[in-house]
Amino acid sequence: MSRVLMKGNEAMALAAIKGGCDAFFGYPITPQNEIPEYLSEHMAKEDRVFVQAESEVAAINMVYGAGGAGARVLTSSSSPGIALKQEGISYLAGSEVPCVIINVMRGGPGLGGIQPSQADYNQITRGGGNGDYHLLSYAPENLQEAVDLIKQSFDKADAYRNPVMIAVDGLLGQMMEPVDLERTPDSKQRERKEWATDGDAGRRGKANTIVSLHLDPNKLEEHNLALKEKYDRMVENEQRYERLETEDAELVFIAYGSTARIARSAVESLREEGYKVGMIRPITLWPFPENAFKKLPDTVHTLLTLEMSLGQMHQDVKIVNQGRYHLDLYARTGGVVPEPEEFIEKAKAILKKEDAA
Amino acid sequence: MNSDTVYRPKQGLTDREFHYCPGCTHGIIHKLVGEVLTEQGLIGEAIGVASVGCSVLNYVYFDCDMQQAAHGRAPAVATGIKRVRENHAVFTYQGDGDLASIGLAEAVHAAHRGENITVIFVNNAIYGMTGGQMAPTTLIGQKTTTSPFGREKEGTGEPLRVSELLATVPGAAYLERVSVHDPKHVRKAKKALEKAFDTQMKGKGFSLVEFISTCPVNWGIQPRESLDWAVENMIPYYPLGVFKDPEKEEEDD
Repeated sequence: MSRVLMKGNEAMALAAIKGGCDAFFGYPITPQNEIPEYLSEHMAKEDRVFVQAESEVAAINMVYGAGGAGARVLTSSSSPGIALKQEGISYLAGSEVPCVIINVMRGGPGLGGIQPSQADYNQITRGGGNGDYHLLSYAPENLQEAVDLIKQSFDKADAYRNPVMIAVDGLLGQMMEPVDLERTPDSKQRERKEWATDGDAGRRGKANTIVSLHLDPNKLEEHNLALKEKYDRMVENEQRYERLETEDAELVFIAYGSTARIARSAVESLREEGYKVGMIRPITLWPFPENAFKKLPDTVHTLLTLEMSLGQMHQDVKIVNQGRYHLDLYARTGGVVPEPEEFIEKAKAILKKEDAA
Repeated sequence: MNSDTVYRPKQGLTDREFHYCPGCTHGIIHKLVGEVLTEQGLIGEAIGVASVGCSVLNYVYFDCDMQQAAHGRAPAVATGIKRVRENHAVFTYQGDGDLASIGLAEAVHAAHRGENITVIFVNNAIYGMTGGQMAPTTLIGQKTTTSPFGREKEGTGEPLRVSELLATVPGAAYLERVSVHDPKHVRKAKKALEKAFDTQMKGKGFSLVEFISTCPVNWGIQPRESLDWAVENMIPYYPLGVFKDPEKEEEDD
């Protein structure tokens, strides 16, 4: 094991190379600029493709082209840039072209700000573009997890023929942390993609087409149902989460990404003071890890959602909860990163109220 | 082709029947593209990009790998393909609404980067598939469903000349505007396509062939008249000819 100190965005870029990324297409936007900057140098050194596109719109369509032609492709951006990519992401999902998208989230709506945020939750988990589709979406809590997930993400994208989104916030992108890039294996050489428009029609004996157009509504419905079957398999097999100190918990935090990292400190402090607090940390945002909410101990009375957006993930917690527990929400937004003390204070207030009841 | 041959079956195209309207020149242009790709031995390894518009379904006509792009994005999609499949002939096939309006940025920047792709640009001065709306290429005075009194310069501008515009972009290597209104011009158009794909395969940069085309249905005239209308109205505003030629540039150097 060899740990190196790296900046978040650079570590994620290097992880993509190690995950077998053949080509990167991107456009500058804060706070993810170190990803294209790093790749402009290192993809060239590896004799792989790097293109700075004229816009996020062009970049995601280059991803569609290169991914369609059978390459492993990456793009990265941040919230308003991800919004611009949504049309292309919808085409990628509809045409079943695999790719990986890193989203280093910042505050919104509109131009918003450049500080860390999680306000893209709905954009990530509700499709974002037009039509019935989903992205397999991972939200790592620290750089090591980000690196591990990115290295595997190209395999996942290929396996499902679906875009994969890595959702971090500006905090993870900009921080420095030691990471071990060899903790998970580099992605292995994969087979040629038989469906790809890679220009081998002559050898193949038939031409391949990549389209999202199905003019016959019955055919389009059939296509949508086939996609749904794929998404159902993701729900079945791809939910990832961590449960921390939930065995005897009375209050359970629900938090992901940087917020979970802060919540972890709060859980530790509260436990030291004897408060029975635990945490469910979604690692996949879609599929939302509903399995994590099964078989919680009888001691639990309240779930507290903590997020850097105004209750976007809380909606999913409500759906999963189905009226079982009291629900509460503590949210900061606009680029304000909460302190552990805020979570501790909120937790104590809930526990006190519950004791009095 | 010997001197007795007056017509031969299509090459580089599938057996599917075209859905195009009578008098539309997409069929002729498809045939030329298929022929050139076949004659240059490129069809088996070619990768085409269909756009949005009347030709959206051309992925079922061209007998090579085809990817269908979002409205205007074909040059970006082709860029992605070409960068990972360098040795393959990569082309887009786009109309004037797709290329000159919603996709102008992608077209200009693909040329600007000198992408080794070939753009087939079909200009009929109107949005055909959506029912005859005004395009950036619509002529002054031309009536469309969104310029019912005829296009006026005031407020909608004057028709955009794409080949001339791209001729100012350093990365554009070969640009020619052609027409297919009679056999002589069809032959000339084919030569332009040959040169465009040749430019690409020699790695000289971006190539585009602009075709003056027709839309009898949305122009509201008969097919035969529409060819005359194109000759009398479009060609004077959109002059035929070569706007950029890599061989000329080399001579100049």
